[in-house]
Amino acid sequence: MRVPLTWLREYVELPADVSARDLASRLTLAGLEVETVDELGSDLTGPIVFGRVLEIEELTGFKKPIRYCRVDVGQANGSGEPQEIVCGARNFAEGDLVVVSLPGAELPGGFKIGARKTYGKMSAGMICSATELGLWEDHTGIVVLPEGFAETGTDAIAILGLREDVLDIAVTPDRGYALSMRGVARDVAALYGAEFRDPADVTVAVPAGAGHPGVIDDAERCDRLVLRGATGFDPEAPTPLWMKRRLHQSGVRPVSLAVDVTNYVMLELGQPLHAWDREKVDGPIRVRQAEAGEKLETLDHVQRSLDADDIVIADDSGAQAIAGVMGGLHTEIGLSSSEVLVEAAHFDAMSIARASRRHQLSSEASRRFERGIDSAGQLAAATRAVELLAELGGASVEPAYTIVDRSKAREPIVVRASHAGSVAGVDYPEGTSERWLRAIGCAVEADGELLKVTPPTWRSDITDPNDLAEEIIRFEGYENIPSIRPSGSGRGLTSGQRLRRAVGRVLADTGHNEVLSYPFTSERDLDGLQLAAGDPRRTALRLANPLNEEEPLLRTTLLPGLFKALARNVGRGMTDVALFETGLVYRPRPGATRAPILPVDRGPGAEELALLDAALPEQPRRVGVVVTGDAERAGWWGEGRAATWADAVQAARDIARVAGVGLEVEADTHAPWHPGRCAALYVRVEGERVLVGHAGELHPRVVKAFGLPDRTAAMEIDLDRVESARADTPAPVVSTYPVATQDVALVVDASVPVGEISAALAEGAGPLLESVRLFDVYTGEQVGEGRKSVAFALRFRAGDRTLTAEEAGAARDAAVALATERTGAVLRG
Amino acid sequence: MSAPNNSFDPVEVTPLHPDEVARMREEALAAIEAAADLAELKEVRLAHASDRSPLALANREIGALPPAAKADAGKRVGGARRDVGQALKARQAVLETERDERVLVEERVDVTLPWDRTPRGARHPLTTVAERMTDVFVGMGFEVAEGPEIEAEWFNFDALNFQPDHPARSMQDTFFVEGPDGGESGLVMRTHTSPVQIRALLSRELPVYVVAPGKTFRTDELDATHSPVFHQLEGLVVDKGITLAHLRGAIDAFVESVFGEGLKTRFRASYFPFTEPSAEVDIECFVCRGASVGNPDEPCRTCSSEGWIEIGGCGVVNPRVLTAAGVDPEVYSGWAFGLGIERTLMFAHGVRDMHDMVEGDIRFTSAFGSEN
Repeated sequence: MRVPLTWLREYVELPADVSARDLASRLTLAGLEVETVDELGSDLTGPIVFGRVLEIEELTGFKKPIRYCRVDVGQANGSGEPQEIVCGARNFAEGDLVVVSLPGAELPGGFKIGARKTYGKMSAGMICSATELGLWEDHTGIVVLPEGFAETGTDAIAILGLREDVLDIAVTPDRGYALSMRGVARDVAALYGAEFRDPADVTVAVPAGAGHPGVIDDAERCDRLVLRGATGFDPEAPTPLWMKRRLHQSGVRPVSLAVDVTNYVMLELGQPLHAWDREKVDGPIRVRQAEAGEKLETLDHVQRSLDADDIVIADDSGAQAIAGVMGGLHTEIGLSSSEVLVEAAHFDAMSIARASRRHQLSSEASRRFERGIDSAGQLAAATRAVELLAELGGASVEPAYTIVDRSKAREPIVVRASHAGSVAGVDYPEGTSERWLRAIGCAVEADGELLKVTPPTWRSDITDPNDLAEEIIRFEGYENIPSIRPSGSGRGLTSGQRLRRAVGRVLADTGHNEVLSYPFTSERDLDGLQLAAGDPRRTALRLANPLNEEEPLLRTTLLPGLFKALARNVGRGMTDVALFETGLVYRPRPGATRAPILPVDRGPGAEELALLDAALPEQPRRVGVVVTGDAERAGWWGEGRAATWADAVQAARDIARVAGVGLEVEADTHAPWHPGRCAALYVRVEGERVLVGHAGELHPRVVKAFGLPDRTAAMEIDLDRVESARADTPAPVVSTYPVATQDVALVVDASVPVGEISAALAEGAGPLLESVRLFDVYTGEQVGEGRKSVAFALRFRAGDRTLTAEEAGAARDAAVALATERTGAVLRG
Repeated sequence: MSAPNNSFDPVEVTPLHPDEVARMREEALAAIEAAADLAELKEVRLAHASDRSPLALANREIGALPPAAKADAGKRVGGARRDVGQALKARQAVLETERDERVLVEERVDVTLPWDRTPRGARHPLTTVAERMTDVFVGMGFEVAEGPEIEAEWFNFDALNFQPDHPARSMQDTFFVEGPDGGESGLVMRTHTSPVQIRALLSRELPVYVVAPGKTFRTDELDATHSPVFHQLEGLVVDKGITLAHLRGAIDAFVESVFGEGLKTRFRASYFPFTEPSAEVDIECFVCRGASVGNPDEPCRTCSSEGWIEIGGCGVVNPRVLTAAGVDPEVYSGWAFGLGIERTLMFAHGVRDMHDMVEGDIRFTSAFGSEN
């Protein structure tokens, strides 16, 4: 809503020294957010004066006809002699009153006026058009003012209102009343304690009989309809300058007097109006539901097919307007219409909102109806409009008019007078609530501690006690609310929340950079992962309205996002890149049904909630890692070390370690990994082995599909499952007795995984084992083809004594024996 | 060790002979003098002053002497050992000084050599800023609540008092999830973290003091200040006797902790369906502190010369929301807020472009480390 200040001041007795900026700041704090203050004409300087064209000399011989004019500007030019001006416009005649910028003037946009030679003549100034003056957009020529508008030679800046401060207010969806000068003025008056003059306060005589017949079909959709006629209207009467200027400043394009009047009254009172050419209306005006498929060509020249939920204004020949949204072309008021019928109605806000959305048509009218207009303002607005048509267009107001009123009276809201104070945490003085509620137009009846408050007809947003509290608090000022620190009795972060932070830290500390990818993905990404047809990761949710049609799916794995971020980094010249992401993936539940819309007038029951949750996809939290380039850099210390499958597996081990969970690693074949370099990762939950994810080198096809460097490695695990494997760790007994170290070298078949040997050694060694660690893997002639030698350091220690060599040896032998039994390992040497 | 032998002639016990003791002493002193460095001196100490040294062995023989001879021999051997001990100590001091002056200097390295052998990574600054914001509230006794990112419309809208056709609902630019048959699923990508309010009220005992950091989604194209995926920190308190004053207190504590002390905050009346009254929260611009307002000579990029920066929205929980979540609004009241995590990061660290937060360029994250 754009609010020119001089217009606003017609309704509020604001002190003259209140600046636009001050007003903007106070309105903003009170809930009418002023986005900008447009200081129109602030870059304009005089002298700009009224002048009378005395003489026009037509210059010929140029590409276009040019006029050389002598213009009387009174004493404004200092000499009193006529000003000689060359002008290219032709829409004026000798004797016309025009606007002249004299040399030295500067017009909007930094356009400096001087005396210069042009078309062979000296031109000292300019005869101005509306556009040049910033009045409104008009490219038909210069402004010719009506006779008697102003004295020749007087300053035009003030009289034309070329300087104007305009507030641009972003009106929130609840404050429909503020889409009118009337509504803004009322708030301003309350804020400044100034006198308010209500422009809707127009005297309306009782109807002298029935006007044009009007019918409402459904009072739930439309509860008020007013039809008021103006007859003998001069369709050629021009819109006065002041009205055009205000419309322009308010962002509305002037069209013709009849249309301009309806727009002006809408801006003033907030009531959208429709001006009909009465001679084109066939029979009674009826507000009814559209028939499905009914056709209407709207003012924007679009042929529309209507929905049964649309409200239309119809006559006997069919729908003529989509109620509250846009008029039809057929009954549009035209340049020959002399019989004008002004229609004002109050429609159900939600119906208009639906229609506007359905037809993707947002108009000045629909914006107001869907936010709520004054439900009782129709007669005042229609009367104001026809009176303006009479005053400005020579029409006569018909004393007979139609008013269909099927509205219901509003129930008062009963609220404690102290309610606003208890919401704000401020002890407002007695009478505070009543005072502010009256200021915004409520009828207030005090009954002891209780107030019976009937909100005004223009505040459909006020329905609850808290709505009233907000009005009081915003006028009392949020700045007057004290600041008191709340104090809860929370128990800190949960173990899972702490784990997530720890996981992020360990991955960062081991060289990974966190990324936060978008969850949008595509079939192409899933193909790139080389997923088999039946892979559950191919079952992805689809957006009905994706931002990018290429990526309509929601991720079922973090990997594509990580791959793209990696490729982006590599593309920008980074060679050693390790990334990680922690985030949810979305796995639809088979057979999920539509999530129900539960009632809101009570809390949901357990069964209802279960229905809702069953409709939601599973949303496990995953951690993914992708690495390429060097994991250890080359430097003055020596060679670097390339990141491999092992770094990806290690990332999972590191996560398991911070979680305090054992991770079991096993070879697997699983897309998108290299079939020979893929590890399945397991944890134990109450003894049960649970798969948490995979790690390893990526399949070369995946590397190619995502444009990754060769040998890129990746890992993805389900953090929720890792978390579920956590258990309280008992503190270890730290023995101070000496350690007994035993190294064993075992020869096994090359295919035996080290993990299995290691596990067997650990299990076989028994309780004296402190640790087992692989320190060498050897293949070569000495162990024979197809075999390998693996060397482990075993450390033994007892909690209560120094172990003898025999004890340590026996434990080692037991370890080796189990490894031999399980894996065929042979003790080497 | 030999047993006492009263008939034994001390002179006949060779190691205790005065000449022999003198020789051992001289030999030891010479060796000490000859030790060139601390390592050699350590060898000398082992040879001449340890339990197995000649003088120590001689000392043991004293016990076997007749009482009359003990004192004399003891004095002789003891004197020699003392001299050796002192010489060792003196030489030790000399060699240590020498080492300090020469050897340690010779061992000097260039400590400015880099050791970035294993590169360090970084957490995303949005993550760490979110944690920092969260922790302010955890410190005030809030717990951290969570909810799904794909959410039922009922949680995202209806329970939060978004009427089905109200313009506020379409203001949210929602991503809708398609049903399995291409129809409606009743699911959306949550447009705000506010549905967690409902989940917290349904799953927790009252009173509820929670914050919920998380991802949110709206159909905005990525540009310098917008992203279809962004993050909010939701806050909710529902208790008896809760007022806007506590909300101001919570916001003030947050601002002080994240943006610094002494910054003013202000509430501007606004509208959200799930709070009534509602307000936007602004903080005083911490760069210009308002000096740029109406002062075109010193414009402020941070606040666009407005003097204030919007950091989120808040308000009193609409009693209709409490009702929908099964809480009696006659008994309980509360408030809620939503703070933008991207905005907080942008302002707290001067991040200029949303692209930096989204693209995953390691040069961006590396600058922040794993905590900030």
